[in-house]
Amino acid sequence: MRELSLHILDIAENSISAGASRVGISVIEDIKGDKLTIKISDNGKGMDPETAQRVLDPFVTSRTTRKVGLGLPLLKAAAEGCNGGLTIESQLGVGTTTQVTFQHSHIDRMPLGEISDTWLTLLLGSPEVNWVFHYQMDDAVFSLDDTELKKELQGILLTEPSIMPILRELIRDGVESVRLNAKENLCQPLNH
Amino acid sequence: MPAIKSLDDLKRLREEAQRVRELKVNEGKTEIVISMGTVGIAAGARETLKAILNFIETRNLQSIIVKQTGNLGIEGQDPLVQITLPGAEKVLYGKVHPSFVDQLMQDHVCDGKVIADKVLKI
Repeated sequence: MRELSLHILDIAENSISAGASRVGISVIEDIKGDKLTIKISDNGKGMDPETAQRVLDPFVTSRTTRKVGLGLPLLKAAAEGCNGGLTIESQLGVGTTTQVTFQHSHIDRMPLGEISDTWLTLLLGSPEVNWVFHYQMDDAVFSLDDTELKKELQGILLTEPSIMPILRELIRDGVESVRLNAKENLCQPLNH
Repeated sequence: MPAIKSLDDLKRLREEAQRVRELKVNEGKTEIVISMGTVGIAAGARETLKAILNFIETRNLQSIIVKQTGNLGIEGQDPLVQITLPGAEKVLYGKVHPSFVDQLMQDHVCDGKVIADKVLKI
């Protein structure tokens, strides 16, 4: 996988497999601090410490205990190669939080890719999950908790052809506006 | 920044939801499921899903359920797409890349014709 947003999709799929009813995904591009942080938290069934350790080991991971393959170990290696890392905090019956960090400017850092596509895929493909998205670049923020949207859409498919474009625009515009705002702020002349 | 980007968006959504609800009839629904496990994602399942959604939107196809699922455990055939027309058996297709999506959606979902040589037998 060549984009971080595909890895995010992969980790979120683990959350769905773990029976989560609520999943939060936050992507924070701290340009000034030169750090990229991705966090996925769910309220799924969680893992015991031993399993949480095992899902990071590419050679021991067992397909029968949990649907985790090579995705996490490879992402961990990629993060560590960019002065970052990957941690998993998990508690049985409570949920799992996966956090990945990268040095933002590292030459080997994978591009974030189409984060809005990943979010739209999750929102439309798993409507039974309560999704909470957060995208931040320096001080510019876009947050979307889909609770309100779904209240409006009760009993209506999110994939109806007239509904889908509204949702897509909502996410795309949100992500775009964060990028624009952040860039504007960066381009402001320094006050000496 | 508020959770909803603008009140206009929410208002638009509310009006559209109301309209669709009024139009809604209790007909059978077509279901499309895409395998979105690690292998599926790596094989391009997200782009396949995007192409399917595009088709639904541009052709204005109503009442189609699109879902994702984890790894289906079929090696070397990703991206996998399973289509179930109302009252019909499920049909599983392998290697559904975006370039194949238009034909698949037109023939199977719109015209009800199974594309036999792309069907996976399990």
